[in-house]
Amino acid sequence: MVKFLARRLLNYIVLVFIATSMAYFLAALSLNPRANYEGRNPPIPKASIDRTLSSYNINDETPILTRYGHWLDGLVHGDFGRDWDGGSVNGNLGRKMWVSGQLLLIGTVLGGLVGIAAGAYAAVKQYRIPDNLLSTGAFVLLAMPVFVLAILLQVIASKLNDNVFGHRVFQFSGQYNPALSGGFFSHIGDRLNHLLLPTITLLLAGASYLMLYQRNAMLDVLGSDYVRTARAKGLRRGTALRRHALRTALIPSITLFTYAFATIFVGATFTEIIYGWHGMGEWFVTSIQSSDTNAVAAITMIVAILVLFASMLQDIVVGILDPRVRVG
Amino acid sequence: MTVDPQELLGTVTAESGIAGTAPIDDTQVPSRARIVFRRFLHHKLAVVGLVFVVLLVLMAFVGIHLTKWKYTDHDFNALQVSPNSDHWFGTDLTGKDMFAATMRGAQKSIIIGLLVALMATGIAAIVGSFSGYFGRWVDRVLMWLVNMLLIVPSFLIIAILSPQFHNFWLFVVLLGMFIWQITARIVRGQTLSLREREYVLAAKYMGLSGPRIIARHILPNLASLLIIDATVNISVAVLTETGLSFFGFGVQPPDISLGTLISDAQTSATTFPWLFLFPAGFLTLFVLSVNLVGNGLRDALDPTSGQAR
Repeated sequence: MVKFLARRLLNYIVLVFIATSMAYFLAALSLNPRANYEGRNPPIPKASIDRTLSSYNINDETPILTRYGHWLDGLVHGDFGRDWDGGSVNGNLGRKMWVSGQLLLIGTVLGGLVGIAAGAYAAVKQYRIPDNLLSTGAFVLLAMPVFVLAILLQVIASKLNDNVFGHRVFQFSGQYNPALSGGFFSHIGDRLNHLLLPTITLLLAGASYLMLYQRNAMLDVLGSDYVRTARAKGLRRGTALRRHALRTALIPSITLFTYAFATIFVGATFTEIIYGWHGMGEWFVTSIQSSDTNAVAAITMIVAILVLFASMLQDIVVGILDPRVRVG
Repeated sequence: MTVDPQELLGTVTAESGIAGTAPIDDTQVPSRARIVFRRFLHHKLAVVGLVFVVLLVLMAFVGIHLTKWKYTDHDFNALQVSPNSDHWFGTDLTGKDMFAATMRGAQKSIIIGLLVALMATGIAAIVGSFSGYFGRWVDRVLMWLVNMLLIVPSFLIIAILSPQFHNFWLFVVLLGMFIWQITARIVRGQTLSLREREYVLAAKYMGLSGPRIIARHILPNLASLLIIDATVNISVAVLTETGLSFFGFGVQPPDISLGTLISDAQTSATTFPWLFLFPAGFLTLFVLSVNLVGNGLRDALDPTSGQAR
């Protein structure tokens, strides 16, 4: 098992390196940070722009390999470089990762759990009311892009606020209320309230796909001989379902976990922009728009590492659930 | 070489000396297409999906001419009005008729979805079958390409190139480039097993060239898989296109798609919900219908797959 995991890890690390380098070259060759300084009034002398760009290692007149070398050198020392106006990418990264982290962590964990539980439950109740409701819901959600879902929740929340409650019960913009006075607990409550809608968005988006898949996987094993045997030897229905059916049916769903994680990550980008959270996803989009080479490369690397991490986690969990993998 | 069962029967009857009796027409087996069609009709939700797909496409391409407004018009007497008899879907801040705009955006999204799906499935079929059939270095080169494209930061490439997307075809080709890899792998796996079948071996020993065998024996056997995949890819492509357009990395102004309309409506959706609800509703309904058709097709074409009831 350890050897197997070590080999996978090595493979993933090479992939992360290739993906990040590719992103760096793409960004460095095609983005134009110089444009951010040109055309200003009063105009900045070219020599001065060159000096500034060079000091941030984003001067397009420096050969690309030299810039890449500098960037790699910084990376080895844990320095992601400077963004286009000299700010530290590391500093931004630290702040924004925390913002996205709240969304992603809660969204992934809850989305995964809800998806698998709902799928297994629907399979057990096949063709009855709970199954029909859950399956239809998941099917509709699957057809609904995350940005539609996010805005729809905002619209519903604002209608509820106006027509039912008469005041703002649901917060649908920003991370917290900067004007809020009051003690520690009202601040925590405010944060949680702001977290509520974005989390529901991510949860629903992540859970719907997983739920339909888990339902199918569970249906495949429910009729199998070993589940019947487990019942026949005297196990209670719940125990037989959990220990024998669910465990087997989990394996294919777990292999989808990486995919689900990527979906949630992309979903988080939409969610951040729509709910006004200043996290990694929003930063990625703005840094492409503002030709921020080093920021783009850094974010790509973090995302690649996260996907790697999700894949490793998937390998480990599948290894625990399915003994055949450990041998192979 | 296909052998007509009627011909075989004919020779048998001729030999047994009862030639001249009428051919056995009344026991004719229904054709595969008919069986599949019947199975599809049996699937109520899929039929509903198909009806909706047709209705929505008609609405986008014919319905747009039923209103006197064009998506480029601005009605300065009706700024940001809610839906009424004149402006069926209301108007936006500049007096643009939302019905015309939604239908125009839908046209764009539907065309892009179709083209991208066809392209992606086509590439997947060719790459997957060649890789599986020829094996060795062809396989290695093609699979390397597939794995490479899977780790390329595709979103970044599309985002960087997006200012060039006034050229519509560039956008379509780029989108198609990034969604065929998984199918290619599945096709390759299927080809690996088809390659050893008797009829493929027979064709091979009769001297048919590789590409011919692929075109005549391998791909027709994968038709079910490919048709289902193309259908699913339509919704994948539409969702990807609208998502990119939402960020501003897709369809570029002055052109519009459902994604750009939803993006424009985003900030005012809570105060002027019709700006958001109509394009978003159209998009969701379209993708949902296509998915239903895809599910029905899967059950009809490939009853042994996991989706079957």
